[in-house]
Amino acid sequence: MHELNYEAPTSLDQAISVLAAAGENGRMLAGGTDLIIQMRAGVRQPGQVIDAKKIPELQALSFDAQSGLQLGAARACCEIIADATVQQHYPGLAEAAALIGSDQILARASVGGNVCNGSPAADTTPALIALGAVCQIAGPNGTREVAVEDFVTAPGQTVLAPNELLVAFQIPAPQGQVSDCYQRFIPRNEMDIAVVGVGSCVALDGDTCTTARIGLGAVAARPLLAKEAGDSLVGKTLDDAAIEAAAQLAQQAASPISDMRGTAEFRTHLVGVLTRRTLKEAAARARAR
Amino acid sequence: MAAQQEHKFKVIGTRPIRHDGVDKVTGRAQYGADISLAGLLHGKVLRSPHAHARIKSIDTSAAAAMPGVKAVLTAQDFPEIGPGMAAMGELPINPQHMSLNCIARDKVLYDGHVVAAVAATSPHIAEEAAKLIKVDYEVLPHVQSVVEAMDDKAPILIPGLGKGEDGEPTDTNVANHLQFARGDLAEGFAAAEVVIEREFDTSMVHQGYIEPHNAVAQYSSDGQSTIWVSTQGAFTARDQTAFVLDMPPSKIKVIPAEIGGGFGGKIPIYYEPIALMLSKHTGKPVKMVMSRADVLKATGPTPGSHIKVKMGADKDGKITAAEVWMAYEAGGFPGSPVGAGCMCVIAPYDIENLQIDGYDVLVNKPKTAAYRAPGATNAAMGSETVIDELAEKLGIDPLEFRRINGAKEGTAQPAGPKFGQIGFLETLEAAKDSDHFKSELPQVEGRRVGRGLASGFWFNAGFQSSATVAINTDGTANVVTGSTDIGGTRASCAMIAAEVLCLKAEEVHPVVADTESIGHTDMTGGSRVTFATGTAVYEAAQDVLKQLKERAAKSWKVDADKVVFQDGVFTCTENGNESMGLKELAGKLPRTGGPVAGRASVNPRGVGPGFATHVVDVAVDEETGKVDVLRYTAVQDVGKAVHPSYVEGQMQGGVAQGVGWALNEEYVYGEDGCMQNTGFLDYRMPTCLDLPMIETVLVEVPNPGHPVGVRGVGEVPIVPPPAAIANAIYNATGVRMLDLPMSPPRVTKAILEKNG
Repeated sequence: MHELNYEAPTSLDQAISVLAAAGENGRMLAGGTDLIIQMRAGVRQPGQVIDAKKIPELQALSFDAQSGLQLGAARACCEIIADATVQQHYPGLAEAAALIGSDQILARASVGGNVCNGSPAADTTPALIALGAVCQIAGPNGTREVAVEDFVTAPGQTVLAPNELLVAFQIPAPQGQVSDCYQRFIPRNEMDIAVVGVGSCVALDGDTCTTARIGLGAVAARPLLAKEAGDSLVGKTLDDAAIEAAAQLAQQAASPISDMRGTAEFRTHLVGVLTRRTLKEAAARARAR
Repeated sequence: MAAQQEHKFKVIGTRPIRHDGVDKVTGRAQYGADISLAGLLHGKVLRSPHAHARIKSIDTSAAAAMPGVKAVLTAQDFPEIGPGMAAMGELPINPQHMSLNCIARDKVLYDGHVVAAVAATSPHIAEEAAKLIKVDYEVLPHVQSVVEAMDDKAPILIPGLGKGEDGEPTDTNVANHLQFARGDLAEGFAAAEVVIEREFDTSMVHQGYIEPHNAVAQYSSDGQSTIWVSTQGAFTARDQTAFVLDMPPSKIKVIPAEIGGGFGGKIPIYYEPIALMLSKHTGKPVKMVMSRADVLKATGPTPGSHIKVKMGADKDGKITAAEVWMAYEAGGFPGSPVGAGCMCVIAPYDIENLQIDGYDVLVNKPKTAAYRAPGATNAAMGSETVIDELAEKLGIDPLEFRRINGAKEGTAQPAGPKFGQIGFLETLEAAKDSDHFKSELPQVEGRRVGRGLASGFWFNAGFQSSATVAINTDGTANVVTGSTDIGGTRASCAMIAAEVLCLKAEEVHPVVADTESIGHTDMTGGSRVTFATGTAVYEAAQDVLKQLKERAAKSWKVDADKVVFQDGVFTCTENGNESMGLKELAGKLPRTGGPVAGRASVNPRGVGPGFATHVVDVAVDEETGKVDVLRYTAVQDVGKAVHPSYVEGQMQGGVAQGVGWALNEEYVYGEDGCMQNTGFLDYRMPTCLDLPMIETVLVEVPNPGHPVGVRGVGEVPIVPPPAAIANAIYNATGVRMLDLPMSPPRVTKAILEKNG
């Protein structure tokens, strides 16, 4: 029979020392909405589970007009999506976080957990990529920062060493006419994992796009930043032609597989559809700011 | 139609609260997995990870040595059942195949096929121990599509299944071929103005009942056994278990637990004989409960199919000929519902020249079981979309086209027999008159909208039922039947008894009895319970009434034929002053001869078939292929609706399952022949956000073969939805979808192809 030890540290230092002691055998538990399922299925079998929910830094949710949003890795999605600041400045992130599950799941699940689970199809990762979020990581040797698009390395794997944990995301403050949008495609209206997810964030100066970032989910072994697609829009008016060109570049960035959730062909098609739709929506939101 | 009878009934046609409602909403109802007994052990099985393999050896020693493990069994511990058919009620069954499906002996025929079982002191120990069982397999090539399985070079699942011209066994995966033919096809097609010929593929789908299969079994040293199980038929479960374990049925008592959905999938047995054998070997009661993955991999799906439909019609819209070819996946053992599919496929129409061929084909997938109008939905996807296309090509409204060809009393069914009193044309009229049909299509920004129509047929069933009705001294009544209650049949049976005895529905207490407490009763299936068990209850209540009249007569010292019963009061026709209410008489029973109980056992023949016509509006996102059902109206000839709310519920449930079948549900197998979507995340049934409120129109054409006019209602509502939705998608986008499910990748592909 499999033995399991559970600890709920109340400080970052405590968490790091428990994690260091556990080594490869340790696993952080945020909402548990992925980990517990994986343990039941025998996919992950940690001997030491460390509850992230009682560590203050991991519960942060604060906005500063200069430094942006500090979002603790274990903060529950239901609180994030109900936050007026998030709704106002990062509507795409709110959209992504709201898609993680039912109300019950949203009360447990966290954005940090969603990202750390390392799924290529995670909903919040492309939204965070679009926003240019930075992951703040802590370990025995101090802290370090990694761009969110570099955080996941392969399905289920991240840059985290066994003795490190994700503390928070730092999300830049929107300056001027900036907004974002996240959309995913699922066959039903609920209860599905993204066949494709696209997050787009655009900044405008009048009619001209000054920056654009497009994050893609479920179209490669890890969530992607479609850099060329975003960059192609800089200096342009976001008309249909520019958006179509960006959508095609996003399709080129994607390298999807065929599986039970969709064929490669269908996924590539959807990258185009959702890139167009999210860019148009993000631009409309940016103009309205 | 509804009005003509309403004055006759006081209880039937009303909507009382169901008798089992409080127990169910408060969690008190005992489902199979809730059963607990002293000394209970827990059983788990090891399942094949291969779609097709020979079992070379099984080593159970490591599992048996694990602390807490009390028994480890393989097929060698079960009796070897010989070949040949046996009868279970009126249904032919193959005990050998049934046995081999419960636990594989020499070969595994599908991913998930049981190969060994463990009993231990906890479910966790049993699960860990099962992993320690070592099976040496010789993996064989597998085949999973009917078309490939019918090929001469296909891997053979069960050697010697066929019979050559010389009567010698031959190797084939075709377990059965049946044909219905009449008239002259060539002449019929020659007379046609338009001929449409299409080929369809439909995927294997599961019933999706929320409660997994379970069994708790106790074997006593005297050989008497008891099984508690969520089943569609206590007697059916008993008899099948007896066949598989080579025991006399009388040695087994089955106590039906509450059941969390079946839809046909809980007619076969799976864990019953395994739990009983584990109990026999350990001397303790053993409980077994499946996981969702177990349920999907190895229990009751309904077949995928390959279907060809060719139909012709003349310029007046009269169908001149129909040729149908259907091959259904049987799964690892024979027994797909292709026969029912053949008998249903064009049954709503009067067609002179027809030929229907059906093939039951083995494939390396779970053995299929019944699922709500088994076989008919696949078939209707073919015939009802071809009919839509014929009507379109001829410029005739699709509803009118169906009316022109619609079956009525006296029309010969595809299999030959003529219909009695049926209400198909009435469903078309009611659909035409419905608010939905008369409404404008709703518009949705950025989406294409369309409306579709389809009809369907299902026989419904009779079979054997028993009932007893007893009068309590307070003037209430108990109704005991052997029909497990899946769709509200406690309520309908109680209401029928209440109607006869002039009681209120809540004054009748319905009980579902075990196999030693009521006469034989066939399974809950074929939409038969309110029809057949309802007939038994009606007759048992009449028996009670007859006895009560005799008691009243006795106390008034007159002949029984001088007593009439009306509005709950017995009156003596010979002496107008004498009258007595049922309650008063009930109190006098001890002094007039003792208790009164009535009984009836029936095998009624007057089954009334069911017809349905459905109307659906869809919105299609042409860029993603996503189809949303905007509005749905199900019109059905229900005979007499005993409890209209539950009839409506049956119709809505059938539509909900049909929408899932149409749009997203499918078994996904990998190259290795293993099922990939073994949970409800990726086996996509509709959620409540995927369905509109499903509107229902009850057409009540009473069935003359039933004392209160009941037809079966539970099955036909699943027949039209995929075809109706396919027709609506065509109406919206101009794309004819020929394969199920009509999932977003398929719809997108079809639209992109159409648009070049």
